[in-house]
Amino acid sequence: MSEQVDEGVRRELQRQGIWVTSTQELYNWGRRNSIWPLQFGLACCAIEMIATAASRYDIARFGGEVFRPSPRQADLMIVAGTVTKKMAPQIVRLYNQMPDPKYVISMGACAISGGPFKQGYNVLKGIDRYIPVDVYIPGCPPRPEALLHAFMELQRKIDSQRLTGDSKAEHLDPDQPSEFPVPAFGQHDLQPAANPDVFHPPKMER
Amino acid sequence: MVYSMTPNPYFFIVVFCGVALVFPILPLALAWLWRRFFQPSKPGAEKNATYECGVESLGEAQVQFRSQYYLYCIIFLIFDVEAVFLVPFAVAFTGLPVGAFIAILVFLLLLIEGLIWAWSKGCLDWAR
Repeated sequence: MSEQVDEGVRRELQRQGIWVTSTQELYNWGRRNSIWPLQFGLACCAIEMIATAASRYDIARFGGEVFRPSPRQADLMIVAGTVTKKMAPQIVRLYNQMPDPKYVISMGACAISGGPFKQGYNVLKGIDRYIPVDVYIPGCPPRPEALLHAFMELQRKIDSQRLTGDSKAEHLDPDQPSEFPVPAFGQHDLQPAANPDVFHPPKMER
Repeated sequence: MVYSMTPNPYFFIVVFCGVALVFPILPLALAWLWRRFFQPSKPGAEKNATYECGVESLGEAQVQFRSQYYLYCIIFLIFDVEAVFLVPFAVAFTGLPVGAFIAILVFLLLLIEGLIWAWSKGCLDWAR
């Protein structure tokens, strides 16, 4: 984890009761163990999210039990369920209103791609068309264990983010935008249909 | 003057006040320093907008209700209580003597008279 201190020396010191750390490590340790999700659910995935928050799966073990009713206090947006085109502008607006650093978990097939409703006229084909997504969890709906796995992946990502240097975290770069344009209701579809700055679908090679 | 190792009993209150000040101010100061040196500020039109569950906010926040609404509430309360009296009366109706019937009728007439009075005063009109 720490590049500054040799791992062997660190462990030796730890055995003597001396804990060596860096500001970055301490900061990321605090950050990854207190991820506050935004409290909202969209469809059946939300039921799995509720189960994850409840006592049997207990997301509090990972520091994520404080579901915030306001985006101002939230670090994480769990897009749990089918995003309809009617709902998409609200999701983007909520994301915009969250303070940096903010993360997004795209939970379930619907939030990733539209899922079983992909052919539907009113379903958004993935929330990553408008906002950047950090972790995708497949499943319909994903089990609470899968959400916990995504949560741990996110913790791993936060742990590896750097505060300084060229490869520092995106939210610390003053040029990186913190909010993205909210799509408007067009005649047949949302306008624009995707944000080209955010949406990078894999190119099909034939 | 007798020298004693025991400090002034009020000394602990001073210590307590000091801790009570430092304890909340220290994290706030650290957060402020952190924002100052690491976190670039990124305000924006959307981010600074009023939070209204994701939808764009409509109209003014300072909406006023007419104070005359209290009359409406009081009248509702009176008839709510009247219903509470009427239900047991209706349930026991067949077994009641004539006196009880007349008593409840007087009670009803009094309330109806009040209703007519309130109506004629215009209390039931919305937003005069």
